[in-house]
Amino acid sequence: MSARRIVLTSGKGGVGKTTTTANLGAVLAKRGHRVVLVDADIGLRNLDLVLGVEKRIVFDIVEVVEGRCQLRQALIKDKRLENLSILPAAQTRDKTAITELQFADVVRQLGEICDYVLIDCPAGIEHGFRNAIAGASEAIVVTTPEVSAIRDASRVIGKLQERGLPLRLIVNRLRPEMVRSGDMLSVDDVTDILSAELLGIIPDDEEVIDSTNKGEPIVLQTESRLAAVYDKIARRLEGEIVPFTTFGAPGFFARFFGKAS
Amino acid sequence: MFEFIQRFFGKPASSATAKERLRLVLLSDHLSLAPDVVEALKHDLLEVISRYCEVDVANCDVTFEQREKQVAMLANIPILSMRSRPAPPPAPPPPPARDPDPVPGAAPRPPRRKRRKNLTGSTAAPAT
Repeated sequence: MSARRIVLTSGKGGVGKTTTTANLGAVLAKRGHRVVLVDADIGLRNLDLVLGVEKRIVFDIVEVVEGRCQLRQALIKDKRLENLSILPAAQTRDKTAITELQFADVVRQLGEICDYVLIDCPAGIEHGFRNAIAGASEAIVVTTPEVSAIRDASRVIGKLQERGLPLRLIVNRLRPEMVRSGDMLSVDDVTDILSAELLGIIPDDEEVIDSTNKGEPIVLQTESRLAAVYDKIARRLEGEIVPFTTFGAPGFFARFFGKAS
Repeated sequence: MFEFIQRFFGKPASSATAKERLRLVLLSDHLSLAPDVVEALKHDLLEVISRYCEVDVANCDVTFEQREKQVAMLANIPILSMRSRPAPPPAPPPPPARDPDPVPGAAPRPPRRKRRKNLTGSTAAPAT
């Protein structure tokens, strides 16, 4: 009855919210949880494409809110993971087609039929953002070790704190070799600047492009380097204490890409 | 550590630059969000100093400035005369015109500031 309702947000676009939502959802489903992913990016939906279900969309969240279909009819069940469903956004509508209350109500209803609701928030801090956080009980802020992403993340963290939403941070697209040479902010730098608790570190990897090209979550691919990374994040979400890999620390070079356990 | 990396690779490490720039920009983002915090700080600062000196409230100036490595708070507080013994502060200066609806919750995580006081004006013994 009381599902975790987690919004994934970043402020800045293109930092990996959708990819992270898809893979975290897939790995949680793989671990036996019932998961529903909600695409809150009305007008610019992409979660369906990343998950490879774009051809199976019949109804979307706006049609649910407008009463044109039942909520369950709009849910697309993943064919690879039976525990995973997605509620697509509308592609031809505007973000103002849904109010915060309506969005929160949909998320609440989804929470009654699953264990985890993951909400893929649109970029920005306007209407779409307010909708996406309306029904959430906690937040994951996704950022990259770049100044623009961190500044926007800081703004978003302020907004989430105003709402009293507990939040944790995922640092995406980390390049350990650049951190080591001092040419990229380290994870410690990022958590220090943002004063936020860390949930996960995802190294930059070409696997992501390959996975989105195919519409197959990384965590379902065999011999994936990043699968273990997402698995760790899922376990931390479940409450397990999993030590962080110190990407970029001296001496790690030899081990990195060898075994990403 | 930073210098070691610089020397080792023969080029400046840009992550340190990024960190400094972010600290400053987040500070100014924060300050622009909460001008009332700066005003409150200025008010409290003057209140404390007024216990010991008579200050020229109208000509006080408190600003923030980017220095080499840090953001510095510059307080320019003209002193008119010293008080013979610490006294309770006079009536606080009238609160400045506030934004009628200041952004709430904009004050967490105050960044590190270097505090500097440039005391100008006469600090001579009080007139008899």
